[in-house]
Amino acid sequence: MEVSTKNKTKSISGSQALIECLLAEQVDTIFGYPGGAIMPIYDALHGYREKINHLLVRHEQGATHAAQGYARISGKVGVVFATSGPGATNLITGIADAQIDSTPMVCITGQVASHLLGTDAFQETDVMGISMPVTKWNVQITKAEEIPAAVAKAFYIARSGRPGPVVIDITKDAQFGECEFEYQVCNQVRSYVADPEIEKSSIWKAADLINHAKKPLVLFGQGVLLADAQKEFEAFVDKSGIPSAWTIMGLSALKDSHPLNVGMLGMHGNYGPNIMTNECDVLIAIGMRFDDRVTGDLSRYAKQAKVIHLELDPAEISKNVQADVAVLGDCKITLPLITEAITRRSHAKWLSQFNDLYQEEYDVVIKKEISPANDQPISMGEVIKLISDKTKGESVLVTDVGQHQMVAQRYYEFSKWRSNITSGGLGTMGFALPAAIGAKFGAPDRQVIAVIGDGGFQMTIQELGTIYQSGVDVKILILNNEFLGMVRQWQEMFFDRRYSFTEMVNPDFQIIAKGYHIPANKVEQRENLDTALDAFLNSKGSYLLEVMVGKENNVFPMVPSGASVSEIRLK
Amino acid sequence: MENKIHLYTVSVYTENNIGLLNRISAIFQRRHVNIESINSSVSEVEGVSRWTILISVSEDQMKKIIGQIEKQVEVIKAYYHLDEDTIYQESCLFKMSSNLLLEDAEIQNIIKESNANIVSVFKEFFVLEKSGLKKEVETLYEKLKAFGILQFVRAGRIAVTKEPLEISKTLEAMK
Repeated sequence: MEVSTKNKTKSISGSQALIECLLAEQVDTIFGYPGGAIMPIYDALHGYREKINHLLVRHEQGATHAAQGYARISGKVGVVFATSGPGATNLITGIADAQIDSTPMVCITGQVASHLLGTDAFQETDVMGISMPVTKWNVQITKAEEIPAAVAKAFYIARSGRPGPVVIDITKDAQFGECEFEYQVCNQVRSYVADPEIEKSSIWKAADLINHAKKPLVLFGQGVLLADAQKEFEAFVDKSGIPSAWTIMGLSALKDSHPLNVGMLGMHGNYGPNIMTNECDVLIAIGMRFDDRVTGDLSRYAKQAKVIHLELDPAEISKNVQADVAVLGDCKITLPLITEAITRRSHAKWLSQFNDLYQEEYDVVIKKEISPANDQPISMGEVIKLISDKTKGESVLVTDVGQHQMVAQRYYEFSKWRSNITSGGLGTMGFALPAAIGAKFGAPDRQVIAVIGDGGFQMTIQELGTIYQSGVDVKILILNNEFLGMVRQWQEMFFDRRYSFTEMVNPDFQIIAKGYHIPANKVEQRENLDTALDAFLNSKGSYLLEVMVGKENNVFPMVPSGASVSEIRLK
Repeated sequence: MENKIHLYTVSVYTENNIGLLNRISAIFQRRHVNIESINSSVSEVEGVSRWTILISVSEDQMKKIIGQIEKQVEVIKAYYHLDEDTIYQESCLFKMSSNLLLEDAEIQNIIKESNANIVSVFKEFFVLEKSGLKKEVETLYEKLKAFGILQFVRAGRIAVTKEPLEISKTLEAMK
């Protein structure tokens, strides 16, 4: 057997081997925070500063969200470094967020030396045990020679199949130890099926249902984005002529201006797709998982419809909604097969019903949200709509969680593929600021706008320090209503207006921005909004714009908790 | 789907790796499902572990749990069966006073009739082993209770299925 010189081994430290592994995986950016148990790795990293970028965050949670933002925008694996104990436990929120939103991420945590494991050593915590329920896979390394294979497996698992977060916990002695370095990319793990085999019969069964449908409705989720199936999805929608609605994780997989894009599903989604879910005869779910925020009461959800579910993860099939036809597999492959098997149709009359319902929603909700009467306070919707118009819907929008999130999803008219980054499944307040930083590193040529409420902003506000130190260009829009707005809205509607601990007495965000040397402005009057937004969007480098919005504005439409989607309320 | 609760024997084939017990038990814990017994051992395939887990859930719940178990990276395959579809055994050990063997003829009859085995005899105590169905073990326990049981322990259920599982074929397909 010939020995390739490419695979020639050399003896290096475990720490150096780790960095070499990352380079072999084409990692260009690491988000992290050093500490005692990961010092050998940081020491090795110092020698690779020319080859690999490291962003020093201000809190480990920020590193995970930044890695998520980076991964979501670039389609690459986000990489995080943190030390043992509190460093590792601070990652958990972001890991849980990445798990529920299927974001590929590899977190590397330092661990106390192997002889100290289980002794309650300084900064020792059971990272394996703590991270297990929120990771796709995790592994602890106690010997340097185990590092290359573990890293290769970790990257493969994180990015393949339904992506997710992976934790590699490396003891300090493994970091110091020596190993013969050889890196082999992993393409297979015996017990793990990344891409289930596609059953041809499911394709023709789906095509048959679609061809005979009179009132079909497509629901698309993040699966379309994760599969990189932009063209395949659009071709399917165009040929089938089926009205298509998105989950917030699927937003920006189809241009908002596409004539068949009928808007947002779920609790604060559009009127039409929610009502029509209970009218359609065939429901085609693509890369979405029927989250309860999308379905409302399951016992009254699309009971009249035949359900076709295109999905990569077998555990999602019939988990919440029984599938009549399950098309298991990567939708980048299954969609073209279905597109080929269906006849070109248009559903003009059926589509016009969506348009009628949109008009109804426009008259009752949208009009006053995007252009409120002059005596009304500034609304979140008008700010987002203005930004959408000014940026032609071409920016990357990173949103936090709450009212502003729903408004941003509803009123920013996305014209570019893969441009919406938000915390969907976990609903993590504090997500947006660090995620926006990561997104800018993942897409340096695009404008990144973080839209955040005054509550969520203060959960990870320290990442302003990361922005200042790194000089990364992130536009920060604070929609300030001096309330935890979504909780306040629920208190108003369902708890007799008992505003239990939702009012915020906020610091002066202008002074805070100044402290971090970030240019800032505050808008309190409508007449100043337009020029302030121009300055915000055209600024060179980061900029913080705070807009004071109506304190007690509500987000509508709304499917009340426990109600059916067809019981969606316009007010 | 019907919501009737059944006792299921779950058989899971996995890689033999550290931490899998946590991963698998967490699936039940997260859904507030009590594990009635759990056993982990080697299987007919070298390097592959076999888990036998007993739970009471509805079939709908059972199917979803199987999906979540199989989703774990290091799980090869998971199955669920009703009692009638498996051959199963539970085994137990009784520690009893050795005086009983000499003083009481009845206990010798009980041991004989129940097909239990004396695995060790010491001056002070002897150890009795019994394998069988849960009911048989329980009956023996009831009979021996009157004599004073020094220690009692019962192992989790182990079961093989009547249908072939062909895990080797699954492993081949995974390659």
